[in-house]
Amino acid sequence: MKLVFTSALALAAATAAHAEGELNIYNWGNYTNPKLIEKFEQEHDVDVTITDFDSNTTALAKIEAGGHGFDIVVPTHSYVQIYVGKDLLMKPGIPEMENYDNISDNWKNVDWDPNREYTVPWQWGTTGVAVNTSAYDGDINTSAIWLDTPEELVGKVNVVPEMQDVMNLAVMYMGGEPCTDDRDLLREVRDKLVEAKSDWMSMDYGMTEKMSNGDVMASVNWNGSTFRARLNNPDVAYGYPKEGYIVWMDNVAILKDAQNVENAKLFMNFIMDPENAALISEFARYANGIDGSEEYMPEEMKSAPEIVVPDELKAAGKFTSSCPKEVQDLYTAIWTDLQK
Amino acid sequence: MALSNSGKNGWLLSIPALILLIFGAAGPLLIVVVYSFLEPGDFSGVIWNFTTEAWFRVFFERDIFDGTVSTADAHLTIFWRSLKLSILTTLATFLIGFPMAWFIATQPPNRRAAWLFLITIPFWTNLLIRTFAILEVIRNQGLLNSFLIWLGVIDAPLQILYTDTAVLIGMAYVYLPLMVLPLFAAIDRFDFKLIEAGYDLYASRWRVLRRIVIPIVRPGIVAGSILVFVPSLGAYVTPRILGGGKNMMLGNFIELQFGQGRNWPLGAALSMLLLVIVLTALLAYVRATSVEDRHNV
Repeated sequence: MKLVFTSALALAAATAAHAEGELNIYNWGNYTNPKLIEKFEQEHDVDVTITDFDSNTTALAKIEAGGHGFDIVVPTHSYVQIYVGKDLLMKPGIPEMENYDNISDNWKNVDWDPNREYTVPWQWGTTGVAVNTSAYDGDINTSAIWLDTPEELVGKVNVVPEMQDVMNLAVMYMGGEPCTDDRDLLREVRDKLVEAKSDWMSMDYGMTEKMSNGDVMASVNWNGSTFRARLNNPDVAYGYPKEGYIVWMDNVAILKDAQNVENAKLFMNFIMDPENAALISEFARYANGIDGSEEYMPEEMKSAPEIVVPDELKAAGKFTSSCPKEVQDLYTAIWTDLQK
Repeated sequence: MALSNSGKNGWLLSIPALILLIFGAAGPLLIVVVYSFLEPGDFSGVIWNFTTEAWFRVFFERDIFDGTVSTADAHLTIFWRSLKLSILTTLATFLIGFPMAWFIATQPPNRRAAWLFLITIPFWTNLLIRTFAILEVIRNQGLLNSFLIWLGVIDAPLQILYTDTAVLIGMAYVYLPLMVLPLFAAIDRFDFKLIEAGYDLYASRWRVLRRIVIPIVRPGIVAGSILVFVPSLGAYVTPRILGGGKNMMLGNFIELQFGQGRNWPLGAALSMLLLVIVLTALLAYVRATSVEDRHNV
């Protein structure tokens, strides 16, 4: 026992000794441009470690459990208030930061973080449909692609297993509002999903690659991922379902128990610099909400149909919040029924 | 010397094992049991109120629309799929593994080591990578389909990926060494003179296999089957990647509760149920073998 204690102490001491000049970031996988990190490390002489997570729930559970050692986390907007409610985030004084003014006006005062007290924008995007137009040349701005699958696409459709997004898309397709507790409508949604499933090929992630190489011909997908797929395969196109699609933003926050607060603040300020924000987008292919970053972006980003929402479809985009527990239970029950 | 010591202070030696058992097995298990009797928290974790709701929901479901209670057939379907695929995986590994083990055991001793070495090589590679390798082989534009199309056997790619067959292929590939090694150990100890004796008494080849070989190497078969069956039942990665996620297995279903489902108590109850199924299967095996032993004696 004693031996265990001594070595634990030694380990703690060792970590503390190296703490200066470190920054631990907890972010979604395949989402952070290595060039961005390199640049930050060189400018500020800081050693950055990035750890991946694959879902908001995983990230939240790990951070709540404590002992994670992360300084920065990047939750989706619907989770920011959950973090705040659990008192997990600090107020780093963002409006006083040098680059604060670069945040686009429409992202400065947002519902999930009024006056940007806790978070700064990382990237924002939409959840819609990706279609390989060589297999189907009809209208793709509709969730009918996967809920009333056209004959050409039967057996070639994928649905990403992102419960919240998929359920809300289906609810909107059936004429409801996200997180609805209207049971009659939810019954229709369930029947629709169960019926539609027989036309699907899979419920899987990794669509950037699978859409690129033609394993999957259509999928519920994120715009940035579809953009990356299109760069590999020009037949891939992105549709904004007119019945309703999902808009989201991932945000950078500093954890209350962060060990490297100063470096974390430096990083926040760093990514609000248009040139650096452009690096974020250049890699993951989502917009970033920082004014002036377009200037530094590759030409194809500025006019990309995956980034520039067509005017007539702007109104169909919905910012969803995380659903209340009762609705969540209904969603899970339907989801289980769907995947049994 | 050693014996007399063990009478007095020998128990001291078991302390490391006891600590490991208490903190590594019994403790966590107790937490799982306790959690399965609590209420789910709003976003994750649990609320410390006692309830049997999670256990109720393992077996029954309230219709989400009219509140009527019925048996949870969604859960049953998932259990049945897991059980079926695990049994099929065990059978498949046995059918492939037995001839393999036999072949290795009948090689000259100096070559056996090399063959066994080859069997263990896949263990050096991460499970995820092995699973993705299988995915590369069976996907529509993958090795197998391209080869068959090139041969002219088929015109359009076979849809193997994202089916139960894909999961079966993946699990059989991944768990095959776990079957071969115990089988080899059993066959290696087998006295081949018994076969000659059988032939001398005019037994057919089939009869020799069934009445002499299989009963004697039975412990190896049982060990191999358990080693394959148990992890198959809780498999997560293989069904997730090769099954396409359309149809869940037990492991994926449990993960759903701890992740997107935000219902840890139900996840905990399902995990306990999985444990009970495995224990029952183990007990059944042990019983079956010990009865057989008594007959043999």
